[in-house]
Amino acid sequence: MNINMVGAINNALDLAMRKDDSIVLLGEDIGKDGGVFRVTDGLLDKFGENRVLDTPLAESSIIGASIGMAMAGLHPVPEIQFAGFMFLGFGQLINHAARFRSRTRGDLTVPMVVRTPVSGGVKTLEHHSESPEAFYSHVGGLIVVEPSNPYDAKGLLTSALKMNDPVLFLEPTKLYRLFKQDVPEEQYDVPIGKANYVKKGDQFTVVTYGTMVPVVNKVVEDKKLSADVIDLRTINPLDEATILESVKKTGKLLIVHEAVLSFGVGAEIAARVAEKAMFDLSAPIIRVGSASFPYPMPGYENYYIPNEKKISAAIDRLLSA
Amino acid sequence: MQNKAFEGSIDYFQVMDENGAIDKSLYPQDLSDDRIVEMYKSMLFARNLDAKTLSLQRQGRADTFAPLVGEEATQIGTAFAMRKDDILVPNFRQHGAYLARGLPLESYFLYWKGYEEGNSKVKEINALPVIVPVGTQMPHAAGIAYAQKYRNKDVAVVAFVGDGGTSEGDFYEAINFAGVNKLPMISIIENNQWAISVPRNRQSAAQTLAQKAIAAGIKGVQVDGNDVIGVYKVVKDAIDHARDGPTVIECLTYRMSMHTTSDDPSKYRPEADVDKWKAKDPLKRVGAYLRAKGLWDDAKEKQATDEQMARIDEAVAKAEAFKPDPKSMFENVYSFIPEVLKEEEDDAVKSNFWM
Repeated sequence: MNINMVGAINNALDLAMRKDDSIVLLGEDIGKDGGVFRVTDGLLDKFGENRVLDTPLAESSIIGASIGMAMAGLHPVPEIQFAGFMFLGFGQLINHAARFRSRTRGDLTVPMVVRTPVSGGVKTLEHHSESPEAFYSHVGGLIVVEPSNPYDAKGLLTSALKMNDPVLFLEPTKLYRLFKQDVPEEQYDVPIGKANYVKKGDQFTVVTYGTMVPVVNKVVEDKKLSADVIDLRTINPLDEATILESVKKTGKLLIVHEAVLSFGVGAEIAARVAEKAMFDLSAPIIRVGSASFPYPMPGYENYYIPNEKKISAAIDRLLSA
Repeated sequence: MQNKAFEGSIDYFQVMDENGAIDKSLYPQDLSDDRIVEMYKSMLFARNLDAKTLSLQRQGRADTFAPLVGEEATQIGTAFAMRKDDILVPNFRQHGAYLARGLPLESYFLYWKGYEEGNSKVKEINALPVIVPVGTQMPHAAGIAYAQKYRNKDVAVVAFVGDGGTSEGDFYEAINFAGVNKLPMISIIENNQWAISVPRNRQSAAQTLAQKAIAAGIKGVQVDGNDVIGVYKVVKDAIDHARDGPTVIECLTYRMSMHTTSDDPSKYRPEADVDKWKAKDPLKRVGAYLRAKGLWDDAKEKQATDEQMARIDEAVAKAEAFKPDPKSMFENVYSFIPEVLKEEEDDAVKSNFWM
């Protein structure tokens, strides 16, 4: 079927819920309204209000109650309406979801998938456009996944729903309806923890994910360059092996993400490559991200998010080094 | 036009007064004398254990520890009212309730010696581990209660929170979630009058903490938290009606000792305040009741204490013999060991970091 990312996520939830009655969706406006992006549209009618639960407007308890459900044998899928609001449940994720397994030595586990839209570029209000993946990857204990296309979204979510771990499933708002893809009707897995070569080439390596994948692809194509473009798909745990494999081949690394540059995922990747492949590099590593301050109002977002020009200039610098 | 939009009130319960006299009209019919003896022994055990742990901490043999002395009736009355399958969600001062529910004593000592393995048997007794960030356990309790209702199980979730904990957003979010979904969740506010150094009247301007239930549209009651029979009664009633929805129970008790071993209460509270509560001691009144009925005496008290101390010493020895395995840290982060973690573990082994 030819569907966009919204349809792919809806379909993944639908198929998983048919097979496994421990899966329960909960969140603000996810039932009758089908979610503010309509990702859960139609699921209330299919599965009933005990499995598609409209909650009070309270993020900490949406995540906290999900943790309780998970420990009690369910597999909850809380939706946080926007990643900017997930900070209200940050304590529950960091203090509890990430730690119950280790602090009970495996006695209690938290199988759940927290879904939330991330990143900007669609002229939303304040606090609707954050890219917070580094916060959640930093702590350990939380798996952080971010698809960049409908096929990966369905496969990654299907895999996430089989894991006995807390998974943050970050859905780039801008990619929800940007394009459609042919996606198999049936369930399939896209492995978690494994990056994907979206392009193969030999001049340089670009490591990216989420909203920046189509932008990077376009720049590489427009400039008629030959590059490995690696879509991380899973941010934590990081697929270091795939990155090193490519960098050892090309000798040049560019990292592109929409999140703030400083102390970000790019810094982590650059550090790992510097530690393990420094002498394979023929140029300094370059990172491209948003400027190091909080997300601006939508009138300014085009001056903030990395665009084709910024990425193109970074590639020129990388290749001229 | 003006009329009353809402009228509500909070009932206060006391079954056994400070002298051990019973209000027969409220006495729970299912509660036998034998059961009260068991509750008394359990309270005595909690107090003996508290004293022993404090002494171990002062000798450097246990880490920072939160004593419960004075709060035994709230915890033991609750634990005894719970059915086997009911689920206990503690905060961090509920070792009385934990042990009454069957937590192995060795686990208790392992926890307070600073090892995660002390939390590894909580599932066996239908409990969550100790929760340190105040109030954050309440949404978990609501979620667990949701799962019971979803699976149509006749199980109640009993969650403890302190007076300070009721100021946390998570407390209200959880009872609100439980109210909207009519969940079998019972919140026990162990109101010991102090959140470290902040007294009850600086915690909330509300006349009772139980009335916070009213804002969530659920039932709230207040009970003398030093009256083990009163606590048993109100918790039992709430559990009997758990299928109809949640209840908040405020137990009025007093923290006779420090918040934890790392603070000195004389800095912030007058000794006279403590003395006033000594007269309301939870063990003294039930002890007086049992003695008056010929069910308890000095010989029994000594025998019980000796047995309890022997049990405690045995568990301390076991816990002190525990050898931590640093690999267990790496093996229990995820359901699998990611390459990046495996490498950190291997590095630690190779460099003899743990030796």
